[in-house]
Amino acid sequence: MNKETPITLLDKPNSYVGRTLSRDAAKRAVAGRGRYTDDIMPARTLHAAFVRSPYGHAKILSIDVDAAKQQPGVALVMTGAELAEMCTGPWVGTLVCFDGMKSEPQHPMAIDRACWQGEPVVMVVASSRAEAEDAAELVTVEYEELPVVIDKETALDKDTPVIHPNLGDNLAFEKTIESGDVEKAVADADIVIEDTFTFGRHTAVSLEPRALLAEYDPGTERLTIHTSSQCPHMIQTVFARTLGVPEHNVRIVAPDVGGSFGLKIHTFGDEVAATAAAIKLARPVKFVADRLESFATDIHARENRVSGRIAVTKEGIITSMDIDVRSGAGAYSQYPRTSVFEANQILNITGGPYAHENYRAKTQVVYLNKVPTSQYRAVGHPIGNSVGESLVDQAAAACGIDPMEIRRRNVMHDDSYPRVSAAGIEMRDLSHQQCLETLVERMGYDALLEEQAEYRKKGIQRGIGIAAFIKGTAPGPAGYYGAGGAPISSQDSCTIKLEPSGGVICMVGVTDQGQGVDTVMGQIAAATLGVPMESVRVIEGDTDAVPYGGGTYASRATAIGGEATYQAAMTLRAEILEIAGVLLQAEPDTLDIVDGHVVDKGDTASRISLAEIGRIGHFQVAELPNHIQHTLSATHRFRLKDALYIFTNGIQGAYVEVDTDTGFIKLLNHWVIEDCGRVINPQLADEQVRGGCVQGLGGALYEECVYDAAGQLQNATLADYLTPMAGEMPDIEVAHIQTHTGVSELGAKGVGESGTGAAPAVVMNAVNDAIRPFGGKVTAQPMSPETILKALGKV
Amino acid sequence: MSEATLEISLTVNGEAVTKTVPVRQHLVDFLRTELGLTGSHLGCEHGVCGACSVRVDDAVVRGCLMLAVQADGAEVVTVEGLTETGEIADLQKNFVERNAMQCGYCTPGMLITASELLREPKPVSREEIRGHLSGNFCRCTGYHAIVDAVETTINNRLEEG
Ligand code: FES
Ligand code: FES
Repeated sequence: MNKETPITLLDKPNSYVGRTLSRDAAKRAVAGRGRYTDDIMPARTLHAAFVRSPYGHAKILSIDVDAAKQQPGVALVMTGAELAEMCTGPWVGTLVCFDGMKSEPQHPMAIDRACWQGEPVVMVVASSRAEAEDAAELVTVEYEELPVVIDKETALDKDTPVIHPNLGDNLAFEKTIESGDVEKAVADADIVIEDTFTFGRHTAVSLEPRALLAEYDPGTERLTIHTSSQCPHMIQTVFARTLGVPEHNVRIVAPDVGGSFGLKIHTFGDEVAATAAAIKLARPVKFVADRLESFATDIHARENRVSGRIAVTKEGIITSMDIDVRSGAGAYSQYPRTSVFEANQILNITGGPYAHENYRAKTQVVYLNKVPTSQYRAVGHPIGNSVGESLVDQAAAACGIDPMEIRRRNVMHDDSYPRVSAAGIEMRDLSHQQCLETLVERMGYDALLEEQAEYRKKGIQRGIGIAAFIKGTAPGPAGYYGAGGAPISSQDSCTIKLEPSGGVICMVGVTDQGQGVDTVMGQIAAATLGVPMESVRVIEGDTDAVPYGGGTYASRATAIGGEATYQAAMTLRAEILEIAGVLLQAEPDTLDIVDGHVVDKGDTASRISLAEIGRIGHFQVAELPNHIQHTLSATHRFRLKDALYIFTNGIQGAYVEVDTDTGFIKLLNHWVIEDCGRVINPQLADEQVRGGCVQGLGGALYEECVYDAAGQLQNATLADYLTPMAGEMPDIEVAHIQTHTGVSELGAKGVGESGTGAAPAVVMNAVNDAIRPFGGKVTAQPMSPETILKALGKV
Repeated sequence: MSEATLEISLTVNGEAVTKTVPVRQHLVDFLRTELGLTGSHLGCEHGVCGACSVRVDDAVVRGCLMLAVQADGAEVVTVEGLTETGEIADLQKNFVERNAMQCGYCTPGMLITASELLREPKPVSREEIRGHLSGNFCRCTGYHAIVDAVETTINNRLEEG
């Protein structure tokens, strides 16, 4: 369809595309009228609470629920074995695309054995959460403690116990990718730098915890689940399969979602259990994780150790990079997305901005008696970028070259695409050079260097950090989600309809968690159709209403859902113009739509309104000839064809001050220049970057799920797991370079994770720049004051 | 063991309320489940995140750390009440225009906390705004936009005298 005009449609003067518009959902939120899952309170709702394993690893010898059952308000007590009877079988969190990967089958609740502290063992359902918790305290479980595996470094040693004997060892997955000849490059290099980096275990900490409300109608056998989810269709499929309910009987509604960040693309056993209770009792059952449960059962991420090496010429030209990654998963591989994605992404993206041709990356992912790990915002990128960018900085220092200059000499050239990276991944439509020069200008780089030198003279240690990055967004079906075998869609669709009033309903499979996905889809639809924003209503987050799709994950909503919306709107537009042509006795291609009216091209005088087209098209259909009986609705889908991802790129800058006596880091300034292709709504794009950055900074500076040697999580409160608060965070300056992706007509790439992916790298580089004169170097995140003082040899 | 209860009488958003509540129920659970005022949110229930912030007798408190029975006789104002009176209409408008929220879950608590700076507005720096808000956790925005919205509101109020 109409391949010549799309850019002109979206680029018209006053187009809604490229314009900052505020979100309707924001107006509701400020009035306290947001509607999150826990705000929905049907009559006779019951509440689930869980008895969870207090041990990192234990055999379950017996469970006594009699006393709990006698408690007031208790409607049901269910053990793991009883739940398993309602399920079609355990989950196995492997994907065929991860060759040789293995995982132990996992039941939604533990049956004979608990493998991490916090694993659900017994569910109690009662009239209130308080009563359910009271009764849960009366459940007696007899355990026999088993040895735990906590340290990823020794997990494969032969005297380390094997968590799942059926698997033979604690290895989940291993992989090596290799291109060129690393050993030769290292042998030939002027300078070779090696270092080892460690990354703490993080979790998402969405402010609204996981929440689910399940309702079952035994008459129609309909299961309706309201849940705080990014991926309603995936939840529909997985829950239907797990509980043996026909998929078409299951409706998933994601109301307002109070933060997600990848946490809410996953499936959790306690949520399956609460749903099973709703089916069994034919009453609404709600489960909302409290904060302790969130820390102890939400997916974790990021626990990795990476040994890396870079080879350069004395001019600072990178000739090779190689990394060895040991990745600590949890007790099972998370179903269905697995626990090996993060390691795999580290292999894919480390050193990704650079043009070198020799690369080797290997990983071993090991099972530990900890919470299962899986995707969390910017999967793998904070790690890969921190490693790659630190090695580049260290090489620059060794060569005596400025960190900006070494990147200038090594980034892939803007005119060199399409090309394949050293990791073997197709790169296209990127702009490293333009981003770098924009950063130099925005930072006032030279003046900043001078300022830093002045402060040094005064004994104040400031550091400047630079980190270039790539970011894989909007995965395609050639990779994990199609070929990989997971029941997760990598396509997305939009159904768009013209109503009799001339209003437009736009139903999309991608979902909003506050990014403004609905606003962005509305802007694309309104711009393409030529109607006022106010006449477009976007519907998302309801499997009964929207076409099948993957939802929102991996920065895909605008890139994939936006193109689907654009294409659907183009088709509807053609239908409208065809009807208008008949009614006006004009050739459709001489007509245009402006502000809700069909006009002659180049003119603004209304010839017929869309309301009139809607009225005739739906009510006075006799006025239209038999061959033009359009439904005034169109559905389109979009998916990547061959590419694994739509890669984006950018560069960040940071300016920090390190107190060498206390180890405290003060973030002074932060810059992000990134290229997400066509920007639909500049303000929303900026805020994705800013929020993402701060999430990355949290991981770099404060956040870590700490386990003791017995597998006990030590800091499962918000007072002990430190998150970034307003007082410590800097203002963040954001700019966008807009190199449209060639894989869609819209040209948009993902933007939601670009901040997170490189913020840890840039702040680590800035800190190291500050302490380099003292011979200090930090390679461990989070960079706590203690880590800094250790690096300075002070403790 | 049936739950111990007590009758309480208080004012919520200007309306007199008398209810019998479990003595162990905290104020926000009471507001949400008994009165349907779901604008106050729960993020941690241990006093750190600020999502549950409400005004009790003119002071901003953590509604998760206060029992409903402790509010007997008190005047409680939630984000719904502040919206109805129009007291923070400018702040709310600036939050929307500046997109000072994403998921919106922290927003009622942020607004109530920020409203303290507006009662007798005086010039404040961005650092002071950040300091004032630093007991309210937001996972989405990175705070920059929130600081902008609060700063704009204060400046406008100062200009308008
Ligand atoms: S819910 Fe009260 S401070 Fe977090
Ligand atoms: S907007 Fe989501 S927590 Fe603040």
